[in-house]
Amino acid sequence: MVSKRKTRPSLVWVIPIIAAMVGAWVAVARILSAGPEIRITMESASGLDAGTTKINYRGVAVGTVSKIRLSEDHHHVIVTAQMAPRTEGFLVEGTQFWIVRPRISGANVTGLGTLISGAFIGMEIGDSKVPKRYFVALETPPVVNGQIGRFFVLKTPDLGSLDAGTPVFFRHLQVGQVASYKLDADGQSFSLRVFVKAPYDRFVTSNTRFWQSSGINLQLTAAGLNVETQSLLSILIGGVAFETPPGSTLPPSAANDVFTLFANRTDAFAPAARNPQTYELIFNESVRGLEVGAPVEFRGIQIGEVADVRAQIDLQTFKFSVPVTIRLDPERLGVNLLKPRPGISLVSIRRRLIDSLVAHGVRAQLQTGSLLTGSTFVELDVFPDAPPAKVDWSQNPVRLPTVPGQLEATEKSVNRIIKKIDRMPLEQIGNELQKTLTDLDRTVVTARGTLETAQGTLTTAKGTLESAHSTLDNANSVVEPGSVQTQELDHALHEITRAARSVRVLADYLERHPEALIRGKTGEAK
Amino acid sequence: MSEPVLTAMQRGLQSCGACGLLSSPARGEGIGRCPRCDEVVAFRKRDSISRTWAYLIAAAVCYVPANLLPVLRTTTVGSSWSDTILQGVVLLWSPTGWPLSIIVLVASIIIPSAKILSLAYLLVTVQRGSIRNNDQRLRLYRAVEFIGRWSMVDVFVDTFTAALVQLQPLMSVEPGPGLVFFAAVVVLTMLAADSFDPRLIWDAASSNEVRYG
Repeated sequence: MVSKRKTRPSLVWVIPIIAAMVGAWVAVARILSAGPEIRITMESASGLDAGTTKINYRGVAVGTVSKIRLSEDHHHVIVTAQMAPRTEGFLVEGTQFWIVRPRISGANVTGLGTLISGAFIGMEIGDSKVPKRYFVALETPPVVNGQIGRFFVLKTPDLGSLDAGTPVFFRHLQVGQVASYKLDADGQSFSLRVFVKAPYDRFVTSNTRFWQSSGINLQLTAAGLNVETQSLLSILIGGVAFETPPGSTLPPSAANDVFTLFANRTDAFAPAARNPQTYELIFNESVRGLEVGAPVEFRGIQIGEVADVRAQIDLQTFKFSVPVTIRLDPERLGVNLLKPRPGISLVSIRRRLIDSLVAHGVRAQLQTGSLLTGSTFVELDVFPDAPPAKVDWSQNPVRLPTVPGQLEATEKSVNRIIKKIDRMPLEQIGNELQKTLTDLDRTVVTARGTLETAQGTLTTAKGTLESAHSTLDNANSVVEPGSVQTQELDHALHEITRAARSVRVLADYLERHPEALIRGKTGEAK
Repeated sequence: MSEPVLTAMQRGLQSCGACGLLSSPARGEGIGRCPRCDEVVAFRKRDSISRTWAYLIAAAVCYVPANLLPVLRTTTVGSSWSDTILQGVVLLWSPTGWPLSIIVLVASIIIPSAKILSLAYLLVTVQRGSIRNNDQRLRLYRAVEFIGRWSMVDVFVDTFTAALVQLQPLMSVEPGPGLVFFAAVVVLTMLAADSFDPRLIWDAASSNEVRYG
C-alpha cells in the first residue's frame, strides 16, 4: 500500500528555529554591546591581566583590558582595552589613564585595595570634545582629580622635602597640594605648581605669602630657639603654608600667578626692607659666632642684618681687624620723620638721623645671642661712656663706630682674676700652714702634760688653802678685839708708849742738859 | 551483495515499544494499541527523519554559543573572570589534574560533536537508501543512544562547582550562559537519538515494495 501522506512540516521544526533565533540574538547582542576599543601605551604592564583587569572611573568599571603586548621597539607596552557601551563620550583629548597600584606619596597612601584585588587602571575624563582612541598612560596618578580650584606657581631656590602630593595649608587646614615641580631652565630655582581647592583659592591674593612648613622648623639663632610646625601631618611629610597679612583687601589672584616660596614663616612675614643702606663696622676682637644674616638690633628691635664678614690683617702693623658689612633699614625703627618733605632729600634726613644717634653715644657692639651655640649678633645701643666719634660720610662704605664687646670685657676681667690667683704663693702658704699645725699639735700634747701637773698642784693648793684658812681662823681669834692676846698686846703697847715717852723726855732733857749725863739730874728736877 | 532482509513491517507485524509484543494492527489501521500494555503501537516512529533533523539542527545551532559563551564565572577577591568549555579544559590541564581535563574534553567537546555527526550520517544514509554497513550503522546508533546521556557529566561538574564554591568574598563561582546552551545541546541530541527509528536502516535493504519515507 503506498501511503499517500503529504509530508507537511511538523511542529518539531519550531525547536531548531527557536535555537537559531536564540543563538543569533545572543551573538547580535554581544556584538552590539561591545563598546569602543582603545589602546593605551605605558611603560610597564606589571599587575595587569589580559581579560581581567578593569578600567575604573569613579569606582565604576567602564572597560576591560583585552590584550597586552609589547610595542615594536620593545620599550613600551601596548594595552588594548574594550570599553563598555556608550562610553564614546569619555574617550576624548585630555582623558588620562594610569595604573592604580599601592602608592605612598605626599599625604596619601593610595591604592591599598589593589594589594588584594590586583591593579586596575584609573581614568580621568578630559574636557575636550575631540574623540581619541590611542592614549599614553601617566606614570603616576594625577594629584588633583577633578576638583575645583586654582593652580598657582611658586618659585623656590630649595626644594626641601617638597614633592608632588605635599599638602598646602591655610591656617593649619589642608586646602590643596603640590601638583608638580620642575627645575627652571637656569638651574637656580624650582617652579612648583600648587593646587588650592575652592573655596579657599579666593584667599590667595597678590599680597599672600607662601612658605615651606616642612617638618619641624628649628631655628637656633641669636634670638634663641624657635620651634615652628604646621601640623602633625606636615612634620611627617612636609608642607607648604600660606597666609595673607591682615589688613590687605586685594582681589583674589588669577590662576597660575607666580609667588615666592619662603623658607619659613618668619622670612615670609619679614617686613620688606624698603631702602637698605650698607654700612661697615670694624671690630678689633674675635667675631666668632657672627654669621651672615645675623640680626642687627637696636635695643632688641631688628633693624638690619649682617651682610658680610671678612678678615683684614694690616701687614705693616700686624693689626687684625674684621670689617663687618651690615645692611640697615633705619626706617624699621619707626621713625616718622623719614617722610620726605619737599626740598629735603631722604638721604640727608637719614644722615642726620645717624649723626644724631652717634652723637648721643650709639655704638655697635658684638653681643652673645646664645651661650649654647655661641652665636653672636650686632647690637646698637647707647653707650654714654663711649669715646666720642663722628661718622665719615665720604668713605664708602660708611663706617659706624663700635665699642668692644661685652663678652670681651668679661673675658678680660676673668683673665685678670685668674692671673691674680695664679700669682698667689699658695704652695708656700700651704707648707707654713702645715708646719704651724704640727707645732700646734705638739703644743697641745705638752699642754696636756702641764694640765695634769697643774691639776696636782691645784689639789695641793687646795690643801694649803684649807690650812691657811684654819690658820687665819686662829689668827683671827688672836687679833680679834676682846681676845686675850689683843688685850695683852694693848697693854704692851701702852707700856711701850710710856717708855718711849720717857725716853723722849730723857732725850729732851739730855739735849737741854747734856751735863746731866755726868752730873745727873740736879736740883731742878728735884 | 546482501540478500534482501525480511522486516516485520513486510509481514504486517508491529512490535510494541514498551513490552515488545508482536501484534498485527487492526484491518485498515496503521496505528493501534498494544493488546498487552495498551501502549500506542505503530510500524515506524512518527516523522522520524524530519524530527531527527529538526532536533539535530537545533543541537548544532546551540552548540556554537555553548562553546563561545562562558560556562563558568569565577569571582575572587576583587577580580572575576569567565571561562568557556575549552578554556576550562586548558585550565584543568596540569601534571596532577590532567584526567579531569581529559574527561571534560571528551564529555563536552568530543562526544556532542561525535553524536551530531553520527546522527547526521545516519540520517543521510537512510534518506539516500543506502544498503551497506547495516550492522555497523546499527552499532553506531546504539553507541550514540547509549553514550548520549554521559555528556551531562560536564553540566553536572559545572553545576556542582557553582553550587559548592560559594565562599564569598574569597571565591565564588556562577554558571554562565554557555552552560544553558550546552545543556540544550545534550538534551536535543538525546531527543534526536530518541526520535530516530533504527529500523529505517533495514527498510532500504528490505523489498522495495514497502518503503517508509
